[in-house]
Amino acid sequence: MRAHRTTTVPGWLVVPAAVGATFVLLPLVAMVARVDWGQFGALVTSPSARDALWLSLRTSTASTLICILLGVPMATVLARSRFRGQAVLRSLVLLPLVIPPVVSGIALLYTFGRRGVLGSRLDALGIDVAFTTTAVVMAQAFVALPFLVISLEGALRTAGQRYEVVAATLGAPPTMVFRRITLPLVLPGLVSGAVLAFARSLGEFGATITFAGSLQGTTTTLPIQIYLERVTDPQAAVALSLVLVVVAVVVIAPMSRRTIRVGVEPS
Amino acid sequence: MNLTSMSALVAATGLALGLTAGCGADDSSGSKASSQTLTVFAAASLTKAFTEIGRDFEADHDGVRVRFSFGGSSDLVAQIQSGAPADVFASADTKNMDRLGSAATGAEDFASNTLEIAVPPHNPAGITSFQDLARPGVKLVICAVEVPCGAATHAVAEAAAVTLHPVSREQSVTDVLGKVTTGEADAGVVYVTDVKAAGDQVEGVPFPESSGVVNTYPISVLDGSNHGRLAAQFVAFVRGRTGQEVLAGAGFAKP
Repeated sequence: MRAHRTTTVPGWLVVPAAVGATFVLLPLVAMVARVDWGQFGALVTSPSARDALWLSLRTSTASTLICILLGVPMATVLARSRFRGQAVLRSLVLLPLVIPPVVSGIALLYTFGRRGVLGSRLDALGIDVAFTTTAVVMAQAFVALPFLVISLEGALRTAGQRYEVVAATLGAPPTMVFRRITLPLVLPGLVSGAVLAFARSLGEFGATITFAGSLQGTTTTLPIQIYLERVTDPQAAVALSLVLVVVAVVVIAPMSRRTIRVGVEPS
Repeated sequence: MNLTSMSALVAATGLALGLTAGCGADDSSGSKASSQTLTVFAAASLTKAFTEIGRDFEADHDGVRVRFSFGGSSDLVAQIQSGAPADVFASADTKNMDRLGSAATGAEDFASNTLEIAVPPHNPAGITSFQDLARPGVKLVICAVEVPCGAATHAVAEAAAVTLHPVSREQSVTDVLGKVTTGEADAGVVYVTDVKAAGDQVEGVPFPESSGVVNTYPISVLDGSNHGRLAAQFVAFVRGRTGQEVLAGAGFAKP
């Protein structure tokens, strides 16, 4: 641990901060208190639970990779170039952050669904995404992409272009500058963006249920399984919720030390 | 500066509390017995019929307002058990009503519903029977066995000795219907009333095996109700002529 320069925090901020922390943590504690530890092992290792967890991990990983493949170029273009309508484009690209996931699901359905804008053409080619694991990954990537873009774009802006300019004047072509200077410089921002995208994918529910449906082992992710179990077996739902929280904590924990950066980079 | 931001914080907190305070306040202002609000928790499949019955009931009773909370029966039961302020509960099946135990003692059946196949307009997959649902290549969507419509579908399939291979098992009957109306699925198994409510967005394919599994809807005044008499009147109204006429119009059968 490095020693940080700390400024004094105004004392009156402490109380609302404590209230805020309690507000976030208390529900989690209340949930853990409800776990039936005697049955816990059996509940979380049932075939449907294992299928759901495994599917969630696989699809979230796939969606994070897609987010990196598409999000890195998007963030770079947004941060490093100027064109008309850039501000509007940025707001639109970040839209999945603020619209309800169900709305995202409906939008995806009308695009890639059987009768959708693209879906009807894909259908003619014999490609059918509805009700497949691909649809789950698409729903997750759709809602998670803005997290990566906003995080990386912020890192790119804070890093500035000094080194890039120097490299370019020394004769490095744009691709070399991007690979050797830009990417290494913003790697922490990229990693935290990817972690956020993974976490968002893991928790995805609304868009998935609307766009992909629910079938054990194919489209029933962990959040959907929890939602379903809650009806018949609240104990199983609580146990699986705890598993999801633990997975999320494991993913987020290494980042908390570095500070998860959404746009702003601490110096 | 410090003071300004502090007062801003206090003002924001006050505003936030003020904005939410309205939600909790309900009929406590009703000093006279003639101004009351009746809260009815009802299964999602009753949304259309009960909204209409509620309006008729209000027209019949001066100063009475009926407000509804529609949702999955099991969700509503969970909310009632957690102390939600409901006067009447109408369930989509007896199982969920029974889960309330002593909190709903006077349950009476008021309607019944059977399953029907819903297909997109023009029936692209040419479904004419329950057996057709098991044909390879048919994209079938049904309710998960955990929810009432799924349990009913399972029972029908078992009785008909048909093994279904759905592409999706949805959480609710509305989700199944949604997949059919958007044309995503070739067929879905829903209730007769859902097909009726969807209008020309779907076509219904009745099948004889459905008569083997009839879903009965019970309604009851809840023990914790502060408007016991009015709640009882509402239950009677639903089971009376006006209520039954509206329910029949929505496709429900007699219990």
